[in-house]
Amino acid sequence: MSATTRENGRKAAVRRKTSLHNQRLWALWGSYIALGVFAVMFLVPPFYTLITSLKSSAEISAQTGSPWLVHHPTLENFWYLITYPNFQTYYLNSTIVTVLVVSVSMVISVLAAFSLSRMGFWGSQSLSTGVFLTYLVPPSLLFIPLFQIIGKIGLINNFWCLVILYPTLAVPFCTWIMIGYFSSIPKELDEAALIDGANYLQILWKIFIPVAMPGIIAATIFAFTVAWGAFLYPLAYLYTSNQMVLTVGIISDLIRGDVFQWGKIMAACLLASLPPIVIYAFLMDYYVAGLTAGATKG
Amino acid sequence: MAEVSIRKIVKEYEGGVQAVKGIDLDIADHEFVVLVGPSGCGKSTTLRMIAGLEEITSGEILIDGDVVNDVPPRDRDIAMVFQNYALYPHMSVFDNMAFGLKLRKFPKDEIKRRVDEAARILDIVPLLERKPRALSGGQRQRVAMGRAIVRNPKVFLFDEPLSNLDAKLRVQMRTEIKKVHQTVRTTTVYVTHDQIEAMTLADRVVVMNGGVIEQVGTPNDLYHHPATRFVAGFIGSPAMNFLPCRVQDGANGGLAVRVTDTIVVPIPPARADRYGAFKGRDMVLGLRPEHLFEYHEQGKPNWTRIDLPVDVVEPMGMETMVHFFVEGAPVCARVDPATHAAPGETMPLTADLNQMHLMEPDTGRVV
Repeated sequence: MSATTRENGRKAAVRRKTSLHNQRLWALWGSYIALGVFAVMFLVPPFYTLITSLKSSAEISAQTGSPWLVHHPTLENFWYLITYPNFQTYYLNSTIVTVLVVSVSMVISVLAAFSLSRMGFWGSQSLSTGVFLTYLVPPSLLFIPLFQIIGKIGLINNFWCLVILYPTLAVPFCTWIMIGYFSSIPKELDEAALIDGANYLQILWKIFIPVAMPGIIAATIFAFTVAWGAFLYPLAYLYTSNQMVLTVGIISDLIRGDVFQWGKIMAACLLASLPPIVIYAFLMDYYVAGLTAGATKG
Repeated sequence: MAEVSIRKIVKEYEGGVQAVKGIDLDIADHEFVVLVGPSGCGKSTTLRMIAGLEEITSGEILIDGDVVNDVPPRDRDIAMVFQNYALYPHMSVFDNMAFGLKLRKFPKDEIKRRVDEAARILDIVPLLERKPRALSGGQRQRVAMGRAIVRNPKVFLFDEPLSNLDAKLRVQMRTEIKKVHQTVRTTTVYVTHDQIEAMTLADRVVVMNGGVIEQVGTPNDLYHHPATRFVAGFIGSPAMNFLPCRVQDGANGGLAVRVTDTIVVPIPPARADRYGAFKGRDMVLGLRPEHLFEYHEQGKPNWTRIDLPVDVVEPMGMETMVHFFVEGAPVCARVDPATHAAPGETMPLTADLNQMHLMEPDTGRVV
């Protein structure tokens, strides 16, 4: 190669590098600005919740100074809630409902997804599509028919009705996530297990569940979110304190007539948000891996 | 160890597509049989039917004399090695190999003894605690073989096990597989599309095409005595040359093949009896590249000289491939690497017609 050619090649490489460098710089700036805007939008409400929860009722109602600052921080709202029997009941009810809903939903959706994605029976394709379509039905449309059903089995104003109701919302989506995940597992893996002597349940238990753990965790988080955070159904179906769950208990107990106990409401919101925050923080990596499984050939 | 018999098995998919069209095959105890053929010939489907992973439309499969058509894979006492290894990714190498034994409730010390023994045969003892993701392709394939060996099954089934490996590793693993078979002597059915793999590994090769068996025989049989044009063309690399020709009277009352007006070659007397009945008929002449030589006056003075213009020269080190065209048909000669052949120049050639094959153009049958 002549010296001139080499020099030209070097210049072209530098030009290319500069151009790529500029493009990357713009992309980074754009990303940071967009992320900054979203971070502010999403973090301001919880921040406001936190500072309000640390104020006494007197400080909140005084409306002097900046509402973004706490002048006399106190944990009295938290202490009140922790020692308040109704709040303990709501927490316990929410926990029972959520644990049962997540368990029931996961058992049903893992079994359904395995049979739909792997056992290849007649109509399995249409059933898979059907499962997805049921997820598209808005929950509010099911309100009245479900109210009648729950009424007939005598579970109105009984938090056990939620254990029956929430899986109808969680199972279709969880099954859909799991079908996607199971489908990304090579077919030869179950064939190898079949030849090794496993039956279908053993294949599911010993091969699919461990291999599909990110997908299962993603689906579990979704079912947890549905069960822990749902508001409309408990609002419509439960009306006594001993049956209420956190979402409706907080507003029905801490808003009395036109008196809003903002400090306690905010503290209750924070306490109610703790379990989802802890679970998301620990399992976020699995959640992302589960939702994106099958997007690329592994 | 067991015999495997296939009786008129058919595999028909929805829509009436037949992947396997009623084949018969008997595999003897300890035998290493390779099913070979192009994509879609039905070889993998046949293997999967033996494994029980694919339902049989009609016909029978017998393992050790028992019909296994309705026996689930786990009860057929077979082991299979897959193209993509199919190792359980969350288990260590030891657990992968022990999985089948654990399911069959073998005692722990027996499992350990068997896994250690298989690991020793396959030279993977240091890998036993690793997960599959920490292994190379060749190591993974060894583990997959180990998983098959530990069960000590009646039959080993291999479904294109070397296709995912690079060329060098493939050759190495081929030798390993042969060595393992020589050690454990388990009846083996091996599927590949690579005819070299088939030739080097098999006791007998089964050439399949379009859902039927074209020919079954030892590698040498298939190479030297192909039954059809398909087998003649499929076995051997580079492939056999095929030239349209006519059998006609030759000099001194003998026979000759006329390829073109200028290429008329006498058929050796030893072959004349066999080909006499085809005198005057259009046939296809089959000649392997190694049976075409560069012509030397002093070398084979009685052989006919043919001059052909060289198209491409491919030096391979120990030999050189020279490509020509005869009336549009490609012809390859495997010649001495010392050749001076150059593209565009004419090269004098001669052929050993004692090794020729003559085929019917319509049926492809070798006569």
